[in-house]
Amino acid sequence: MTTPPERIVVVGASLAGLAAAHALRERGFAGRLTLVGAEPHRPYDRPPLSKQVLRGLYSADTTLPCHPELRAEFRFGQPATRLDLAGRVVECEDGSRLPYDRLLIATGTRARPWPNPAEAALAGVFTLRDRDDAERLGAHLRTKLQRVVLVGGGFIGFEVASTCRDLDIPVTLLVRDAVPLAAALGPRLGGLIGEVAREKGVDLRLESEIERMEGAGGRLTAVILKDGERIETDCLVAAIGTLRNVEWLDGSGLEADAGGLRCDAFCRALRADGRVAEGVFAAGDVARWPNPHDDDALVAVEHWGNARAQAETAAANMLAGDASAMRRHDHLPDFWSQQFGLTIKLVGLTEGADALAVVHGSFKERRLVAAFGKGGRTVAAAAIDSARWLPAYKAAIRERAPFPPIENAVDQPRIRVQEP
Amino acid sequence: MSGSTLFDQILDPANRANPYPLYAELRKIPVARQEDGTYVVSTHAELARLISDPRISSDDLPDPQKFRWTGHPVTDLLVRPVRAEIRKRHPPFIFRDPPDHDRLRGQVMRCFTPERVRGMRAKTQEITDDLIGKMRGKTQIDLVDDFSYPLPVTVICELLGVPAEDEAQFHGWATQLATALEPNRRSDEETRAKNEVCFTEIADYLQGLIKEKRKDPQDDILSDLAIDREGMNDFDLIATAVLLLVAGHETTVNLITNGMLTLLRFPEHGERLRAEPEIAPRLIEELLRYEPPVHYRTRLALTDIPVAGITIPKDAPVIFLLAAANRDPLRFPDPDRFDPDRPDNRHLGFGGGLHYCVGAPLARIEAEVALISLVRRLKGVSLTEDPPPYRPGASLRGPRHLRLALEGVAEE
Amino acid sequence: MKVVVDLNRCQAYAQCIYAAPGHFALHGREALVYDPSPDETARGAIERAIHACPVRAITAYPDAADATAGEAR
Repeated sequence: MTTPPERIVVVGASLAGLAAAHALRERGFAGRLTLVGAEPHRPYDRPPLSKQVLRGLYSADTTLPCHPELRAEFRFGQPATRLDLAGRVVECEDGSRLPYDRLLIATGTRARPWPNPAEAALAGVFTLRDRDDAERLGAHLRTKLQRVVLVGGGFIGFEVASTCRDLDIPVTLLVRDAVPLAAALGPRLGGLIGEVAREKGVDLRLESEIERMEGAGGRLTAVILKDGERIETDCLVAAIGTLRNVEWLDGSGLEADAGGLRCDAFCRALRADGRVAEGVFAAGDVARWPNPHDDDALVAVEHWGNARAQAETAAANMLAGDASAMRRHDHLPDFWSQQFGLTIKLVGLTEGADALAVVHGSFKERRLVAAFGKGGRTVAAAAIDSARWLPAYKAAIRERAPFPPIENAVDQPRIRVQEP
Repeated sequence: MSGSTLFDQILDPANRANPYPLYAELRKIPVARQEDGTYVVSTHAELARLISDPRISSDDLPDPQKFRWTGHPVTDLLVRPVRAEIRKRHPPFIFRDPPDHDRLRGQVMRCFTPERVRGMRAKTQEITDDLIGKMRGKTQIDLVDDFSYPLPVTVICELLGVPAEDEAQFHGWATQLATALEPNRRSDEETRAKNEVCFTEIADYLQGLIKEKRKDPQDDILSDLAIDREGMNDFDLIATAVLLLVAGHETTVNLITNGMLTLLRFPEHGERLRAEPEIAPRLIEELLRYEPPVHYRTRLALTDIPVAGITIPKDAPVIFLLAAANRDPLRFPDPDRFDPDRPDNRHLGFGGGLHYCVGAPLARIEAEVALISLVRRLKGVSLTEDPPPYRPGASLRGPRHLRLALEGVAEE
Repeated sequence: MKVVVDLNRCQAYAQCIYAAPGHFALHGREALVYDPSPDETARGAIERAIHACPVRAITAYPDAADATAGEAR
């Protein structure tokens, strides 16, 4: 039995870090609790940034609620720069050293920058990840824009496109792949969302990439596509993925790279030699962990629900004493997206799925549940405006039910198994 | 308990006042098969799961030829006596599955706007004040007859757009249809005949009213439904209006009466509500857990459903014993304690899934206004009999009378 | 106040919209949008929304008094 911790440091003051802090206190941790955040803000919520915040609905202040008696010491605008595993100390940019008994690494990700730095520096070229990004982009959207060009076929790109259409701004959405959102939803559902986007006036270009940008006086004026077409624009948002914030762990001895910080089933960080780093845990977007729902294949899940759930598991295990009292992180990945008036929800992971069946509603109604199968088992389910059926499918996925999982159900079309 | 199943004992009016020990017995088997082939679900985890399971249907409309009492009061009431057309093809949406359910319910929800529902708060307060005012000078009241009964029916009439001059008639129908709910499974021929007549009357009346609303629409739900261009046909409209009247009436009577009964049984909570009316929302949620207005609902298994180690077979009636799940110690620590400060109170008092109570926001407003006003204005109030007499119904369970002794009525 | 809704858990029961209509809304059939930072005067309405949510997806706390209120034991 290890001694109970007296001093816990959480590096990363966003959703996962704050959730861990709450969970630690709820579980009775009374010692010193420090949260270190690179950004100058209190922990805030990111999902609204690409939606209501950009649109200017309600307040732009998405600071997360914090229990009045959390009794945590926050250090904002203070990135951690080095981890000394042997000395059990985190070093910050200002040179301060924070000793810990238990450490939670929840440094998350940042937006992947536009690869050409000169183009990225043009006024009118944005990425969207942080509160400050949203504030800048939001202000720009409110200046009568000619056209917004969005680069990236993922959810952020589509959500921003939806927001722009709500604001009646012309939008061109450039997707490198033949189908949008295919990585998460598969080609069929991705194609459906693409169709909806087009109906709402998005100029959706598939298999389309930017060759170069044009600027005048340091401002973006146009983009030239690989096929030679020139599109005049005064705003470009690059939503081309994320990079994990692991650089500060270089030389620490932890197993961390672009794929994330490797941890075990109990959220314990692993060293390069595969041993557990005593007292060090990881949660949220930065963590790469064995997913029990996918035969322990390693996965890093960049979703809100995982950040909270993994932080709670990590917090419990930080206080658990020895490994026999720890619980495994068995969260079933889930996420939601709101765009073009639709709510898309997904549970499970569609990667590698070889079958899809619409189990409620229909593509035509744009209200449906689709189940995904892999090797005859149910691995994921997506709902469009049908959230109340999803828990039943979530249970089926947890149980690895045969595919298709639920037959002879209410509002169920004749089940036709197709390629995803 | 020889010869009678636990669920039979629950249906026995002798156990109406306190069915909770029976529920605790039932929970020992989360999904329990009864002798007649029905399956009773009584634990929170299993119920929460099955209530959103698409293999469970609400479309339990029995074949009229083979009609048998389902033990499902609203079914027994609405389905049996309504005119053939409504019975065959236009049951109210509480007895329908998607997509029809979603369409009809969606149309109601479009009229049941937050503004309109919140607008009922002032009206509810006005009716409440009026009813409490009438208690002045009395030393004995029956909360059910003097308060809990008249309040919701007046509110629903106002919301639907029943003209004030017809309200008394509407009260009568509501009372008749509600009385018919009482003889659970044992409705006598006379009551059934009365209800058929009553339904025909109310249907005729509503048909006339709908015609008027179409000619001269007002700011009310019936007008909105009647003039909705993608709206429902008259049969659906009548079925919906009767559903709103009956389902929204009896349940609210129970909520208010059970509320006052609970506050008088645990006076410290009544005292706290008087001093801190802002706790009303959480107190009412706890009330919905502790003494829910609807104790069970009946559904149908569309296919074999494996759950809790057994399989519910295709076509089996499934009874969701909401009130038992609400007292499940695995979900609610110390479940028999009334505790408004209970965290994460995910009770099933309004059901759940697609059929979650449409009228929940209105019921919350009515209960809040009623209970706060009652604890503030009734002076020296006490129960004169405990337990009170209950109506025989086991599903829509509530006191038939709640006789209270009063010392006085405070001014508003 | 600060408010967050777990939209994985939300099933669009819309009870919050009745409880606090100025602070929660549906844009579409199920897309809930809400005010993450309502004024302190909205406390009563927000509390109603928290308790009325059938899946208890809403969390709210008062604004933090001091951004760096530290604590040691």
